[in-house]
Amino acid sequence: MQASSLSLATPAPVLTSSRQKAALTLGALGTLLLLVTWAAGRAIAPVPTLLLSFSLMAAGVGLFVREEYLRHPAGIRNHGVWFRSLSARGVWGWVLGVWITGFYVCLYWFPQYLQGLIALFEPLSQGLRARAADQWFVYGTLYTVAVLLLGIKFFFKYRHNTYQRVRTVSVVFFQGWFAWLLPALLVRLQQPELYFSYFWPLSYYQGTPMAYQGYLSSNLGLFYFFFGLAMFFLGTPVLTYFFGKRWYCSWVCGCGGLAETAGDPFRHLSDKSLRAWRIERWMIYSVLVLAVLMTALLWLNVATGRGVLQQFSEGFYRVYGFLIGAAFSGVVGVGFYPLLGSRVWCRFGCPMAAWLGLWQRKQSRFRITTNGGQCISCGNCSTYCEMGIDVRAYAQRGQDVVRASCVGCGICAAVCPRGVLRLENAQP
Amino acid sequence: MRIVILGNGVAGITAARHIRKLSDHDILVISDETDYFFSRTALMYVYMGHLRPQDLKPYEDWFWAKNRIELLRTRITSVNFEQQTLLCADGRTVPYDRLVLATGSISNKFGWPGQELEGVQGLYHWQDLESMERYSQGLQRAVIVGGGLIGVEMAEMFHSRGIAVTFLVREPSFWSNVLPLEESALINRHLGEHGIDLRLATELREILPDAHGRCRAVVTSHGEEIPCGFVGLTVGVRPNVDFLRNTPLAIQTGILVDEYLQTNVPNVYAIGDCAQMRQPRPGRRAIEAVWYTARAMGETVAQTLCGQPKTYDPGIWFNSAKFFDIEYQTYGNVPAQLLPNQETLYWEHPNGRHSIRLNYDRHTGAIRGFNLLGVRYRHAVCEAWLRQEIPIETVLQHLGTANFDPEFSPQYEAELVALYRKKTGRSLILQQRRSGTAWQRLTRAFNS
Repeated sequence: MQASSLSLATPAPVLTSSRQKAALTLGALGTLLLLVTWAAGRAIAPVPTLLLSFSLMAAGVGLFVREEYLRHPAGIRNHGVWFRSLSARGVWGWVLGVWITGFYVCLYWFPQYLQGLIALFEPLSQGLRARAADQWFVYGTLYTVAVLLLGIKFFFKYRHNTYQRVRTVSVVFFQGWFAWLLPALLVRLQQPELYFSYFWPLSYYQGTPMAYQGYLSSNLGLFYFFFGLAMFFLGTPVLTYFFGKRWYCSWVCGCGGLAETAGDPFRHLSDKSLRAWRIERWMIYSVLVLAVLMTALLWLNVATGRGVLQQFSEGFYRVYGFLIGAAFSGVVGVGFYPLLGSRVWCRFGCPMAAWLGLWQRKQSRFRITTNGGQCISCGNCSTYCEMGIDVRAYAQRGQDVVRASCVGCGICAAVCPRGVLRLENAQP
Repeated sequence: MRIVILGNGVAGITAARHIRKLSDHDILVISDETDYFFSRTALMYVYMGHLRPQDLKPYEDWFWAKNRIELLRTRITSVNFEQQTLLCADGRTVPYDRLVLATGSISNKFGWPGQELEGVQGLYHWQDLESMERYSQGLQRAVIVGGGLIGVEMAEMFHSRGIAVTFLVREPSFWSNVLPLEESALINRHLGEHGIDLRLATELREILPDAHGRCRAVVTSHGEEIPCGFVGLTVGVRPNVDFLRNTPLAIQTGILVDEYLQTNVPNVYAIGDCAQMRQPRPGRRAIEAVWYTARAMGETVAQTLCGQPKTYDPGIWFNSAKFFDIEYQTYGNVPAQLLPNQETLYWEHPNGRHSIRLNYDRHTGAIRGFNLLGVRYRHAVCEAWLRQEIPIETVLQHLGTANFDPEFSPQYEAELVALYRKKTGRSLILQQRRSGTAWQRLTRAFNS
């Protein structure tokens, strides 16, 4: 439709009460403390500063939840999503995108610019891990706090929907325990730092000979190595057969956890066009092939006595790590949340998602069923699909949605105003 | 053969798509409203900022050329049925071999003083949304007249922008000409919960102008004057057929059609809101201005036009809506007043946000209808039960199979069975809940 024929003359005002503004201000102040420390390059009184920062953020989330959700009857509250600068690719959306992108660039390639933040987290790291903080500890902690606090927000936003509540508790738990607290405790106990919620090939290092060498020194490490392999070859097909890829992508995975919580305000920004779907299909399977190839080359190199393949396989590994591991999954995957939506990495890049998707598409009970003729083609399901699936195209035909990319977040079914969609592990 | 479809709403577009599936005919769809098909029922979500205008389009723009469905944006001022041509507002003429009229509806106005003032309108067309947007600038209060589905949508729209709403409903309770008393009361309470100023048994007497010709207040049937900058007239719609009157085409309220959706004029058909069935099926209305029936008519007329004449079968009645946060689904026959040969089983959640009603035959026990608020049921299951006239006790025992709520949602089948026992003294055993026991335990844990 041409802009002239289907566009509104005036952008609508956004409803923001003074209490909502206060909530946003509290959250912003908490974030500002971190930003100032980052910019200053050193931390003054790190313990009180960090405590104050997290408290302000928590207070902001709490007040926001009360004002935005609890003051109203439970229900879908997407009012003004497309009017707000932050959630509709306006100025604030770009500011946030640039800021997160900058953080990731420093994280991966210029950690020297994160000295202030690292110093800020030093006491926490010492207390928890009995080891000095580094940029990865800063990252992991901030990540976990984001999943927790914005998970609380999400929980109350969808408090009328039990599926959403259960799922949110699950992703917050897996992030908090398996991707933050447990690895920290392992470090403290002089064990390898293991993340049991990530598997090869998403965690691409985990399947390499280098990782294997490192794990050889501890039983737990060896267990982890073979556990990862078992999850790939056995766990994924079996669990995906019964539950669909959601058992991982929207219940367990940390990337999914961040997308479902912090990324929720941006889920509608994913591209729903057929063109995007075409790009998605070749891109994500290419990454899977590259990941397999990269790992195979490394092992082949070891098997052939580190001869002719030495340079090539390691070079391949480094390029993969730079392009896919850092630039794609981190910088683009999260940095571009406010521009391209919350699941860019999961949709276009994640090799684990590709593998799960193949099983979901070909061999799974999971599907989204549609309710007879009740669809009114409104487009809420497609718009709020973070994976960019045109759910409406299926719903209006009364056709079950069986798509490799669907992560089973269930938001399409939640926002449907006519009760048309339902996630199911159908009987075979 | 050149088929011209007048109107690009769901009826016309469904017809076009199905004609293309079945044939190679030339297809031209004409609309004066928008360039492309959009979901009319979702206009409210654009105003509320849930969707962008382009999100209302169920098909991407390349779809039409790819499927060789030609689109023309123009206003048709008259039809020459003898020469089989349409006259456009710019003077052009468009010939047709077959004409499908799918012109939709226009909002009713019942001759109230002031109904033509600025800031007084219904909500049906895209242009209505544009003007609503314009009038919303600086708006303090809107008055909505008419207690139906579009009225409650409009109330939700303004409410989402923090604009106060006064809702005048002629009936003693919201939508009580369609909803039974209990459901209607439930919605009354829900509207109150959202702070809607609901005035029951109150009609509009007149709309008062300001110095610039815009509405400034309404006067109700109780003589009360309510200041407002906008008046929503949502007292139903009627077929958009005025430009076709005084032609050979037989029109009553809508364009009269037989069971093949043919009009009295050769090669001319009418579908959707603008069509009036000469002989509606028992229990059905002659004009049903509903998305679902429009879509079904579009499919039917496509068959007929492609050489497989098919009669229009509206099937078992179903409908759905959403009143703020409460979804509504209905299957079969659940009239506002219980029929003398029917019994009803009504359950309502203590929190007043969910209800289930099952109507059944007093003598045979055959299931007749379902009314659901805040609960989703499976269309196919309900329809099969209704079609096969399954006895209420069998339905109750298998009620879990009809449940379509999201996973882990609380299920209410046991409550209905208990209610039935209280009413009849007969104990039934639930045969099938929706999911296995482990799932159920988790469900209970999370809902306790």
